[in-house]
Amino acid sequence: MAPVLELKGITKRFPGVLANDHINLTLNEGEILALLGENGAGKSTLMNILYGLYQPDEGEIYVRGKKTTIVSPTDAIRSGIGMVHQHFMLIPVFTVTENVMLGAEELRAAGFLDRKKAADRIRDISQRYKLEVDPDAYVRDLPVGVQQRVEIIKLLYRQAEILIFDEPTAVLTPQEADELFAIMRELIRQGKSIIFITHKLREVLEVADHILVIRRGAVVGETVPQGADKNSLAAMMVGRPVRLEVEKRVAHVQNKVLEVRDLVVADAQKQITVDEVSFDVHAGEILGVAGVQGNGQTELVEAVTGLRMPNSGTIRLLGQDITRATPRQVTELGSAHIPEDRQRDGLVLSFPVADNTVLCTYYKPPYAKGVTMQWKKVYEDAEKLIQDFDIRTPSAKTNVGALSGGNQQKVIVAREFSRPIKLLVASQPTRGLDVGSIEYIHKRIVEKRDEGCAVLLVSPELDEIMELSDRIAVMYRGKIVTIVPADQATKAYIGLLMAGVSPEQAGAPQVGERVVESTL
Amino acid sequence: MLDELNNPPAVHHASGWRRTGRVLLVPALAVFTGLVIGAIFIIITSEEVYAGFGQSFGAGLAAVWDTIIKAYGAMFAGALGDPVRIVEAIRGGNALEIRRAINPILESLVNATPYIFAGLAVALGFRSGLFNIGVEGQLFVGAAAATYVGFAIKGLPAVIHMPLAFLAGAVGGGLWGFIPGWLKAKTGGHEVINTIMMNWISFRLTEWLLTGPMTRPGSGGMPISPVIEKSAEIPQFFPSPIRLHLGFFIALAFAYLVHWLLFKTTWGFNLRTVGANPYAARYAGINITSNIIIAMTLSGALAGLAGATQILAVNRSMAIGLSAGAGFDSIALALLGNSTPIGVVFASLLFGALRNGATRMELLQIPNDIVSIIQALILAFVAAPAIIRTIYRIRVPKEAEEAVFVGGSWGGGK
Repeated sequence: MAPVLELKGITKRFPGVLANDHINLTLNEGEILALLGENGAGKSTLMNILYGLYQPDEGEIYVRGKKTTIVSPTDAIRSGIGMVHQHFMLIPVFTVTENVMLGAEELRAAGFLDRKKAADRIRDISQRYKLEVDPDAYVRDLPVGVQQRVEIIKLLYRQAEILIFDEPTAVLTPQEADELFAIMRELIRQGKSIIFITHKLREVLEVADHILVIRRGAVVGETVPQGADKNSLAAMMVGRPVRLEVEKRVAHVQNKVLEVRDLVVADAQKQITVDEVSFDVHAGEILGVAGVQGNGQTELVEAVTGLRMPNSGTIRLLGQDITRATPRQVTELGSAHIPEDRQRDGLVLSFPVADNTVLCTYYKPPYAKGVTMQWKKVYEDAEKLIQDFDIRTPSAKTNVGALSGGNQQKVIVAREFSRPIKLLVASQPTRGLDVGSIEYIHKRIVEKRDEGCAVLLVSPELDEIMELSDRIAVMYRGKIVTIVPADQATKAYIGLLMAGVSPEQAGAPQVGERVVESTL
Repeated sequence: MLDELNNPPAVHHASGWRRTGRVLLVPALAVFTGLVIGAIFIIITSEEVYAGFGQSFGAGLAAVWDTIIKAYGAMFAGALGDPVRIVEAIRGGNALEIRRAINPILESLVNATPYIFAGLAVALGFRSGLFNIGVEGQLFVGAAAATYVGFAIKGLPAVIHMPLAFLAGAVGGGLWGFIPGWLKAKTGGHEVINTIMMNWISFRLTEWLLTGPMTRPGSGGMPISPVIEKSAEIPQFFPSPIRLHLGFFIALAFAYLVHWLLFKTTWGFNLRTVGANPYAARYAGINITSNIIIAMTLSGALAGLAGATQILAVNRSMAIGLSAGAGFDSIALALLGNSTPIGVVFASLLFGALRNGATRMELLQIPNDIVSIIQALILAFVAAPAIIRTIYRIRVPKEAEEAVFVGGSWGGGK
């Protein structure tokens, strides 16, 4: 029997870039094919060709053995190809039913919408594929994981046979990701076929039947999970051996740097999101704050860095009270901040790389003399940082917005690490980055700790927390449930605490049970 | 989804000249296209063309060609001067005739002067993420303040009186910018709405001033102010009819000053960062509230200077029809100049010349409105570069695109 989908010699050139170089791909019925590659490797280009958004310069597409040209998403859907985009294409103020039927409306006589019939079909699909969702719920009220289910239902509603998932776990919590994998398995069990695009090695090994590795637009390897491990996949993907485990010496803990006591912080809607939180961070240690996103970590970090005024409690940095300090006062005391949302808070995308490297120091010598900017010095130092931190940019004059996510993050890290700091607050420092960049940024953070910097690391990625932290604090609904030394914590134990199980119920972790899992 | 497309690994960096050429290309084509379409308006409003086509098709075409050449010829001569006349005047050696011959280009500079100040006002706002639509109103208040200081204070030496009156213009305009700036920073009230409202207050306020407290004795209720003192005048360089004055060069100096402020100082870094990304500004420890107020006040002050210069150097007294919409044109100037001071200066020179050339076109029975239409067309094309790019099939340079200001202003700011 012919494969469900076959791509032969697909080539796509953009000015100056060979995005896809004679790519061959075969997808068999009822299997999950993982497309693995770093950001910018050409995965999305390939999928956009398949979805009709781009036309290939060379090559052919066969659907069930039949040569097919796909010039638009409508064509793709007609050929049974559907795509779950990384950023959902849903209308928040519409119900699930309205979203699903949009563009494929069920009509009654005289052109009226038949919502009921559509809702019934959605219920059928939902039961058949175990995609639990309420057809009458408004999309804006649904958690991200459920919104993704709506996207999947949209495809099934249009009778898609081939489903493309573009980095589907990027927006999900670990639990939601596990649920998604279960759904994917159910889908192939019932005869659908899936292409799963990702750069996360763990996920590939967990769900894929076949793995295709792409680097710089070309297929560089094809394998099955049984014959591969993280190290071999990472090496194929990056093109060189990658150290997945962070090399870390024993922490050499010194004086107390950050002291937080009974801190209460409210969010923009005046909801208390940080509730009587107390902890210390010492020089030379990494305190990891684990927790599912939205449990108060964002507000905690904002309070510590001066971006949000706490309701009560105290924050001390090196003995100084900074509870009501401005961001600049906190920075001046030697605090550095890698923000959660780098594009929103950490960078001015329309400014050159050089300007961004002085975002926190531009107003004082050597970058300013009185009120005049010393641009020559700024650019000289920026050139150095670009070298030292291996920032891939055409020049220091290039706007940061033109760089890849990993390189944007390197600009932030370079800036924050280039001045003497006592405290590093790193919020999701590797969010959305690829293997190479994650390895690099982890290494740099551990280096800072070894230099005697106190590090407060906040991340919803449990693996990242387990790997880097010396002590782990678990946050749940605005409270720090417990703080445990990392060598006494197991992933299962922390996972239970993150899910809201009390420490007593979760049971004390057993020493020696800990298995270091890689983030990747 | 387009991430990979938008982040090509190797971006070629154009050399300085090619870069400049690329930046100038779209405005230049916008001007050209505006003139071409303007020609169509000239043709369809020309009696001669209809008469020509009444005779024969050939005569019609000839009339079309003739009309366009005459119209744009007149505009050119009106804006820059008639070369033949200049040469003849210099040969003849008559001083008055020479002044008359070279006057058009100098008069274009006079016309450009308020445009430069007002354009800088809008550009500074744009760079700081603020859309100051209130330039017209700020210009009026600045003009009124300068006028008042100009006629009410007597007996001061010119070295003190003139700068004082000039400064009064900045203070008046600055106050009119400060109010919406303060409202935006403290209450989140959108500056677009508030500056529009401030415009109306300003128009009616100056009207009242000119018929009441500031009226010219014996004007019989006409809205006009007394003539300012000699000591408050910004000097003109040449005898009549040339009106070129020191204010033009002050405007150029201010363009440099604004450039220096925005791009060479930490103050400018503050303003631009707040304008480009207020979140990152907050993260960097920049006080957003005070920078919004500063930006609006400075913007208003520049607008006030547009009015003050016009009064002190050209009009010498204030009447209601002071600016003919220069405050609104200035939004277009800032756009045309890509919100850079140098760009604003060139855009102002262009507009000054167009306005001046329009006067000459009127002599050919071409309505002044046609020039307004041409200006409007140029603006429309500049403001929507996509149209020009589509017409001439120019590919979008990513970086140039990003260089175009406009922060989150329309999105509701803070």
